[in-house]
Amino acid sequence: MNLKLKIWRQKDPKTRGKFVNYQLRDISPDSSFLEMLDVLNEQLVSMNEEPVVFDDDCREGICGACGMYINGHPHGPDTLITVCQLHMRKFKDGDTIVIEPWRARAFPIIRDLMVDRSAFDLLIQEAGYVSINTGSAPDANSIPIKKKYADLSMDAAACIGCGACVAACKNASAMLFVGAKISHLTLLPQGEVEALERVSKMVTKMDELGFGSCTNTGACEAECPKGITLTNIARLNRQYYKATF
Amino acid sequence: MVKLNSSVPEGPLAEKWSNYKSNQNLVNPANKRKLDVIVVGTGLAGASAAASLAEMGFKVKSFCYQDSPRRAHSIAAQGGINAAKNYQNDGDSIYRLFFDTIKGGDYRSREANVYRLAEVSNDIIDQCVGQGVPFAREYGGTLDNRSFGGALVSRTFYARGQTGQQLLLGAYQALSRQIKKGNVEMYPRMEMYNLVMVDGKARGIIGRDVVSGKLERYSAHAVVLASGGYGNVYFLSTMAMGANASAQWQCYTKGALIGNPCFVQIHPTCIPVHGDSQSKLTLMSESLRNDGRIWVPKKKDDADRLQSGDLNGTDIPEEDRDYYLERRYPAFGNLVPRDVASRAAKERCDAGYGVNSTGLAVFLDFKDSIKRLGKDVIEAKYGNLFQMYEKITDDNPYEGPMMIYPAIHYSMGGIWVDYELHTTIPGLFATGESNFSDHGANRLGASALMQGLADGYFVLPYTIQNYLADEINTPRFKTDIPEFDEAEQEVRGQLEKLMAVKGGQTVDTLHKRLGKIMWDYVGMARNKEGLIKGREEIKKLREEFWSGVKIPGKMDDLNPELQKASRLADFIELGELMAMDALNREESCGGHFRDEFQTEEGEALRNDKDFTYVAVWEYKGPGKEPQLHKESLDFEYIEVKQRNYK
Repeated sequence: MNLKLKIWRQKDPKTRGKFVNYQLRDISPDSSFLEMLDVLNEQLVSMNEEPVVFDDDCREGICGACGMYINGHPHGPDTLITVCQLHMRKFKDGDTIVIEPWRARAFPIIRDLMVDRSAFDLLIQEAGYVSINTGSAPDANSIPIKKKYADLSMDAAACIGCGACVAACKNASAMLFVGAKISHLTLLPQGEVEALERVSKMVTKMDELGFGSCTNTGACEAECPKGITLTNIARLNRQYYKATF
Repeated sequence: MVKLNSSVPEGPLAEKWSNYKSNQNLVNPANKRKLDVIVVGTGLAGASAAASLAEMGFKVKSFCYQDSPRRAHSIAAQGGINAAKNYQNDGDSIYRLFFDTIKGGDYRSREANVYRLAEVSNDIIDQCVGQGVPFAREYGGTLDNRSFGGALVSRTFYARGQTGQQLLLGAYQALSRQIKKGNVEMYPRMEMYNLVMVDGKARGIIGRDVVSGKLERYSAHAVVLASGGYGNVYFLSTMAMGANASAQWQCYTKGALIGNPCFVQIHPTCIPVHGDSQSKLTLMSESLRNDGRIWVPKKKDDADRLQSGDLNGTDIPEEDRDYYLERRYPAFGNLVPRDVASRAAKERCDAGYGVNSTGLAVFLDFKDSIKRLGKDVIEAKYGNLFQMYEKITDDNPYEGPMMIYPAIHYSMGGIWVDYELHTTIPGLFATGESNFSDHGANRLGASALMQGLADGYFVLPYTIQNYLADEINTPRFKTDIPEFDEAEQEVRGQLEKLMAVKGGQTVDTLHKRLGKIMWDYVGMARNKEGLIKGREEIKKLREEFWSGVKIPGKMDDLNPELQKASRLADFIELGELMAMDALNREESCGGHFRDEFQTEEGEALRNDKDFTYVAVWEYKGPGKEPQLHKESLDFEYIEVKQRNYK
């Protein structure tokens, strides 16, 4: 396939960025989107130009490193996958593809398509864990857990921390990310113990880090590559009310 | 002259670890906070070690090249984690897990280490459940298990097809808690570029900030390597794009030894290669072999028509299908260990029975289990894997068989360590996939997660104290000493040399060529002639690399091409060492198959008389032949037999 790419290039956080146009020829429809960008970068490097910088690592849709807007959609037009699993057969020969970095105050741009998502790490550091030291756990089967809750917890724990929810949200809210962690831990007896302190701390931190508020538009759920649902935000709100009042 | 001492404690096998713990030196709490430990890597081994050491009171500096410690490649492990809980009441025990691991590793691992691994496996499951890892459960609320290759019991705990992710998040969250408490300083996007030695001991590292390109110095009382495996030496592998062998190689050139580098695992169930622009291979969990049946057509003609696209798998009637694993290994069937399954697939494809356009694929079919269990049950078990397969290949595995082919997956070889996970450099420890220790010549499924967490949660935090107890009088020291100057200068020199080449070939072009040499000559089946040729080709490639690599941009800046080039320089060196190791080992065992050494039925033929040892390589300087040492393996508690899965 032949493609026209409009890619956001930005030298560093302070320099003004702009779209740059590129032409690509003979891309295999079986390539992944990032492999298509690899081909572009190989061409740029051959011409002694600096490659387009983006984060990626596992290329299996699980590490959460990759992420960019493609034609206005986080992770592109396909549903329930990350950019690294998006394949070129989802595009047509001759298409123009617009590629931009995540845009959110809490995720400053580092270069081109690479952004700084350390705010997510700070949220988890705040309280996104069970306070248990190595060696102090009882036998794994000593507390039975209803399959239903274990499954719901797993649904939420599937979050990969890519930031698509924040990128999709017009308020750049991190409610789906935090909601997923609250659900994952609160639904299990091990995490339930600290549930109320956890939710207070994480919500306060979320505001502090510059994430916006939630207005329930559902854009986060629609763009989440792992199918994390809005129910998790409802669960977060419920826990937050319990903790506050 | 290095002398190898495995430091295995005295006493009967089952008592060695508790004896060790009872008699080892410990560090008192007041002294712990005066001691710094560097941990390189934040996968299962690194994150769990960093968190546990910090909980105990040590001051930890943790490093990863990714933007967040949560992204280390342990996250991609799908199938599960083994433990000898015997919750299924099917006869499992610590001894049986130990036995299966030694046998699965084709009798090329150290008994005492493997027994300890099996022993602490149960604690890992307790710990992870305590952290809130949402393992799969039965309706009664107890933990569920599945079976895996190379075992006759169900001992694998799992969290859907995302077990690695969930275990890593548990360790990452424990690490995050310690970062918040100020016990761990976290350095993401910081890649190790050199090991710093002071008075013959590991005392720090030189890191390169991935974003600014600046070199930074970090000091500590001990350094723990948890930098993962080196599968990317083959370019195409199931490893993450950034996974590399550089931290291991730097330690090797500073005096750590590398054990059994030629032992790499080829995973039988990966999605076949699609074309030249392919950047990596995607693994489909081995757990699929629980319910999927592997086959190729019986008739050559059918295979030809599958390859030309005139036939689909579903067109071939039952009687014309060759379920070759069930045919060759009736006892284990589709659940034979990975190396056996991989070679059997290669054998069929080499004989012309491959089922896709390149002839390099076999079928993995769920037709029978969907009929037996229903689509819903299969979906609940493997839904995310099936979805992933469909997204990548555009084929629906509920309707027709999947296509799979073996790919490089795991490195059993790595930095040589003793019973304490201590390398031959005092103060340098190696854990998880970066060390060589527990899997012998072949790793069983669901054992990588077990080993990473065993090392990080329950082994290293003890054994490192035996070393640190003698360091309590060593004060924290600044990094403005000549040893750090020298180590930094060494890195700067190497990077300047790379930037100065200004050749015409991109890093990836050269890396793909190294990958092809490795796959062709040091891959799934090896022979003397090929290994000699492969080594020559690697030497030629090294010259081409150092005269022809093209790196745009600047050195002191975010420069992904320089980062890749620096890693490739080390892969080339390691590739040659792997070829030498494979050439030296004149037998077939586990993942190492030499064409010259096989039985009449084409099974691996070990040579226990001459090769029951760990091949341990010592660096002798650039351009010089490394020296081979041998750690002989003595089996006191297991009878060494030919592996038989029939």
